[in-house]
Amino acid sequence: MKKDWPLWEIFIRSKNGLSHKHVGSLHAADAQMAIENARDVYTRRNEGISIWVVESKHITASSPDQAESLFDPADDKVYRHPTFYDLPDEVKHI
Amino acid sequence: MTLQQAHLEYVLRMGDNALILGQRLSEWCGHGPVLEQDIAITNIALDLMGQARSLMQYAAELEGEGRNEDQIAFLRDAWDFRNVLLVEQPNQDWAYTITRQFYFDAFNYYFHRALTQSTDSHLAAIAEKSLKEVTYHLRYSSEWMIRLGDGTDLSHQKMQAAVDDLWMYTGELTEMNEVDQMMIEAGIGVDLSAIKSLYDEKTCEILNMATMQVPTDTWMQTGGKNGRHSEHLGYILADMQFMQRAYPDMQW
Repeated sequence: MKKDWPLWEIFIRSKNGLSHKHVGSLHAADAQMAIENARDVYTRRNEGISIWVVESKHITASSPDQAESLFDPADDKVYRHPTFYDLPDEVKHI
Repeated sequence: MTLQQAHLEYVLRMGDNALILGQRLSEWCGHGPVLEQDIAITNIALDLMGQARSLMQYAAELEGEGRNEDQIAFLRDAWDFRNVLLVEQPNQDWAYTITRQFYFDAFNYYFHRALTQSTDSHLAAIAEKSLKEVTYHLRYSSEWMIRLGDGTDLSHQKMQAAVDDLWMYTGELTEMNEVDQMMIEAGIGVDLSAIKSLYDEKTCEILNMATMQVPTDTWMQTGGKNGRHSEHLGYILADMQFMQRAYPDMQW
């Protein structure tokens, strides 16, 4: 039976205000079952308040072969990080 | 029978239903048809064990003989158990397990919903807490009834066989005895005749959605609520109680 069930990627929102985060994958016959399986597999310990499921085949990933050209160019562009401002002392939580 | 005895028996009946079904479902641990359902069904088993624990703690309090919930669960023999016959029926295959679960959940949902109105505030509080779990159990087992009943020819055939075979154990769920009458009069218990119509409606609705035939047999098994059980309960207790019987008061 299992070989017929597609793989699903599971995303859980742990609390309001945070975004859904990838937590893992599981097998299910359809989206409804994927949600229920995710509830039992990934939210048993109060991990979440909302679940997204996406069939794994719909995810397009960047190729590890291209990592150099994709990501290395950002290495020497420190000016893109907002670290060059003088912040007043009154400003908290930055 | 005194009111106190009836009260105790009522709580034990609920606790025994949860305990025995929980024990049955635990047998799937490590054997589920797929990993995800193995986890799901044992989650439900754990919910039921938790409910059994609260109920048996309360039963121990009502009994007032200094026993604790473990002694009530592990040191009574079959004739002291008050669970319905349905919950002790064997797992067989996934179709039987799901059908048994659905038959029980449909009852348990309406029962707990009504029990939140009990004048016994302790029991009402337990019902309130358990209702959330039971609501999910019913949703889970209903989904599987529909999925497999309205699935392939083979799954339909297996589900219909389970639905027909277990049907004769459904009557006892809403059957009432002296204990029920006394509990209703005291405002503690639930009028099961009111639950029966809701139960019939729910089972018809789900079986229809699952493209299955609703059994029409009217003869029903009975006995569990009065301590007369099928041979299966003895085997369950042998498994479940072995450690406490062989090594009294052992802990880990």
